[in-house]
Amino acid sequence: MVRYIIRRLVLLIPILLGVALITFLIMHLIPGDPARVMAGITASDADVEAIRARLGLDQPLFVQFWEFLKGLVQGDLGTSLRTRRPVALEIQERFFATASLAAMAIAFSMAMSIPLGIFAARRQHSAGDNLSMLAAMFGISAPSFWIGLILMYYLAYRLPLFPPSGMYGPPWTLAGLQSYILPTITLSISSTAIMARLTRSSILEILRQDYIRTARSKGLGERLVLYHHALRNALIPVITLAGIQLGALLGGAVVVETVFSWPGLGRYVVSAIHYRDFPVVQGGVMLFALCFVVINLAVDVLYAFVDPRIRYD
Amino acid sequence: MQNTHVDSHAKQLPVSYGAGPKWLSSSRGKLYDFWRRFRKNRTAVIGLLLIAFNVSVAILAPVLAPYDPYEQNWRARMEGPSAEHWFGTDQHGRDQLSRIIWGSRISLAIGMISVSIGLFGGGLLGLVAGFFGGFVDNTIMRIMDIMMAFPGVLMAMALVAALGPGLYNVMIAVGVWSIPLFSRLVRGTVLGLKENEFVAAARAIGCSSVRIIFFHVLPNTIAPILVFSSLRMATALLSAAALSFLGLGAQPPQPDWGAMLSQGRQHIHTSPHLMWFPGAAIMLLVLAFNMLGDGLRDALDPRLRNS
Repeated sequence: MVRYIIRRLVLLIPILLGVALITFLIMHLIPGDPARVMAGITASDADVEAIRARLGLDQPLFVQFWEFLKGLVQGDLGTSLRTRRPVALEIQERFFATASLAAMAIAFSMAMSIPLGIFAARRQHSAGDNLSMLAAMFGISAPSFWIGLILMYYLAYRLPLFPPSGMYGPPWTLAGLQSYILPTITLSISSTAIMARLTRSSILEILRQDYIRTARSKGLGERLVLYHHALRNALIPVITLAGIQLGALLGGAVVVETVFSWPGLGRYVVSAIHYRDFPVVQGGVMLFALCFVVINLAVDVLYAFVDPRIRYD
Repeated sequence: MQNTHVDSHAKQLPVSYGAGPKWLSSSRGKLYDFWRRFRKNRTAVIGLLLIAFNVSVAILAPVLAPYDPYEQNWRARMEGPSAEHWFGTDQHGRDQLSRIIWGSRISLAIGMISVSIGLFGGGLLGLVAGFFGGFVDNTIMRIMDIMMAFPGVLMAMALVAALGPGLYNVMIAVGVWSIPLFSRLVRGTVLGLKENEFVAAARAIGCSSVRIIFFHVLPNTIAPILVFSSLRMATALLSAAALSFLGLGAQPPQPDWGAMLSQGRQHIHTSPHLMWFPGAAIMLLVLAFNMLGDGLRDALDPRLRNS
């Protein structure tokens, strides 16, 4: 197990190098001159040249990439062209808002989807099953920003229960928690739907297994069979999916944060794209990718703990 | 969304991996079998009908749209639904129904073009990787792994950041983002197929690798590709709408559904109709492709019926 984790960690290095290379190359394809953007439209050519030299933009591409990598390892992501502050610092200030929102959303998703999936599986082919799976299908298909706008209209404008936008503190304060509710629901709709469908099909699959027949034939009640025998195994793929969804939520946060003017990393990256602030886009995308691969690794390791049948050595 | 019907033929796989390319060319029976199963799958049929409806609306847009989608009428700004304007008007007094009708062209184009980019790029890479194995496979798949290390729509966003905002760039970005997914799917299928006797037989009679790939292996990968393409259309539509919503995709005054939501956003507390109709249009089309994909999977591979 430890060997497996070490091997996976080593394998992360080329992946992250590749991610850095792709991000770097994409950002250097940006049309327009970052030095010109930074200098402003009134700057003279000499000023632009000076900035270009200071940022190292006059160096060959591979030298720039090497400098970028060196910076990455030291936690230096460059300077924002817009605010002239270190990108790492700006990202650090916004990371909590995004990470806490994603964590709340995945917790909410699991709390909603697993009972819904169990409900549907227990009544396979009933009206309740069909209705909840139809709702799940709608949940997967509805754009999150649309759901966000609808929730905002009804629960913030029509019935002023929650603030329509912004973050009013960490989730353990009342005002903070209130501001988390609408973005959390919005962000979690699609993962709730996907996980509910998987929970349902996973339970149905397990209920066809021989050991369930054995449990039933020895006279166990249906509740005991379901909750004690079936559910544990049925939830293994669901837990894996929850990990994958957590990664997907990071991507989804970009959109939801924009809807709710959430002071997170996603909205920051989007506005950086509009301002052509490429060090910020580069740093933000790198950090999102890093979180994503680390989460995926954690899911794989967790998988081995939950399911003792899986051995990685 | 499971089909309640299980017929006796459902146990025969429509795509028999050992049957070579036959199921496409000479087996009308199998196609018929597939069609029968598909027809009985209510979800899939509803999905297909919804898509057909959308395609018809897109084709007939000039006939169906009651107004010019770009025509501004400052005396009729942000009006709610009425007999004159069924879906109301937007902040520039443009008829929303007409814009949604014309927008269906943009949405379908985005979906089809981006999925085609992913399908051809990823399909080809997956075929080559799976068929040749070894170094080629390793190189291609490690690059795909790196591409998949970007969460969700972020890879597409980074590409749009580089290429510049706009509809065509969104199609390219969403398409490129789909490449690793298609390549993995096709590679997996090819790996399963190439150990089959029909590949050995083709090789034995002297077929070249290219011929084996395109005439013997490729036709057998069509079933999973078809299912995945439909589901991917749904994701592509959602992603493109999200990018347009963020101001990175279609630019005003293009009648794109995501962009319409983005522009109507500031006015939703006074004119909620600006959010209802474009959002519902996106959802219905995405829903249609999801339903079709699910139904196709059930019809093409009954083993997956409950998964």
